[in-house]
Amino acid sequence: MGLFSSGFSGRGRSDNPALPPGQYLTESFPVLSAGPTPRVDLDTWTFDITTETGAVHAWNWEQFRALPAEDVTEDIHCVTSWSKLGTSWRGVSLDTLFADIDTSAEFTMAHSYGGYTTNVPLEDLLDGKAWIAFDFDGDDLEPEHGGPARLVIPHLYFWKSAKWVRGLRMMDNDEPGFWEQNGYHMYGDPWLEQRYW
Amino acid sequence: MSFAPATITAVRQETPGARTLTLDAENWPGHKAGQHVDVRLTAENGYTAVRSYSIASSAASGVLKITVDRLVDGEVSPYLVDVAEIGDRVEVRGPAGGWFVWRGTSDEPVQLIGGGSGVVPLMSMIRSHGDAASTAPFRLLYSVRSPTSALFYDELAQRTTSDRSLTIDFAFSRATPQGWPSTPARLDRAAVEASVLTPDTGATIFVCGSTPFVEAIANWLVEAGHPPDKIRTERFGGIGVSP
Repeated sequence: MGLFSSGFSGRGRSDNPALPPGQYLTESFPVLSAGPTPRVDLDTWTFDITTETGAVHAWNWEQFRALPAEDVTEDIHCVTSWSKLGTSWRGVSLDTLFADIDTSAEFTMAHSYGGYTTNVPLEDLLDGKAWIAFDFDGDDLEPEHGGPARLVIPHLYFWKSAKWVRGLRMMDNDEPGFWEQNGYHMYGDPWLEQRYW
Repeated sequence: MSFAPATITAVRQETPGARTLTLDAENWPGHKAGQHVDVRLTAENGYTAVRSYSIASSAASGVLKITVDRLVDGEVSPYLVDVAEIGDRVEVRGPAGGWFVWRGTSDEPVQLIGGGSGVVPLMSMIRSHGDAASTAPFRLLYSVRSPTSALFYDELAQRTTSDRSLTIDFAFSRATPQGWPSTPARLDRAAVEASVLTPDTGATIFVCGSTPFVEAIANWLVEAGHPPDKIRTERFGGIGVSP
């Protein structure tokens, strides 16, 4: 290491094995979003999965909340370098939502109320790796954190965990979503530091 | 994008809590107004820390300047504000961000709304607007505690004279300059509606500040009739800025 910043000592080495490279721990829960927080009315809320053939599987709030939910505790990692360990969510596994979906497409585009999009390979949503969460830390998910419901995909940088999610569209080919068109990585693995293009 | 070595070539104390650093970075490609940069510090023992900072300088300048506000419990900002000296070295990665940017390619009106050090990326837009002699109507609403804690206070005053398309409204929450026509007050909905471009102008609005500030302002703007897709936000700790 030839370059060091003279007079900088920092808080000391962070040897926490739960922390991906280039990340620091935070106890707070910073908010990311590109525009205003959309108002989402539970009476009109829907979540749908649209397959590559155009088949639509939709749930209203009542149907969605009648699905089996899981409590999960996961570490989350933001591309802006903060990580928060042991966050508690309650939500519906994507395995449950995809149980009756017939698709051979390998990619998905998540769509949100407010227009946000982000692309995620289907295999990163399945096998217990992702949830549609409606509860954070024992309370209803606050609108600024993505309520009433958001994607939670803890193993990818957190911009992939689309807030205010309203649907997934299956795609045969990977396409960039909102941040992915604005300089951020197509996949976003925090352990490989896939932050930017 | 990878980190490149950078040398601090100038420092300027902006307020008691904030300083501007000019960074001479190897192979710096230039930036767009509103973008940010990651700064990595490395201690002698190899420990590293990375934070993102908004770029303050004009896109036309080709120069990389960041303005950093000291965060009380911060790890990186106290070093950049209080310790680093000319000649010290850091590493930078960037520029980053393609959304909270003003590209200067149209004369569409622009409303800027900044809270505290959230004015930094907006200052890059104002400087770029002036340097490009853009005629796009630019209006800044800057919410800040007092004149002494306002970033770029003198320069903003100068720019309202030199840049004829620029209008600036200050909202002081704790203390005003002497002879100011109003008393200090927290920015409220009525004050925001009175001092921003109206929805019929078709203005794009950039809002930057703390999360509560941005949440409140963006909600008021939507309720006042501004289309949500014309409102671009950036928050401390969000994709973008560390205070």
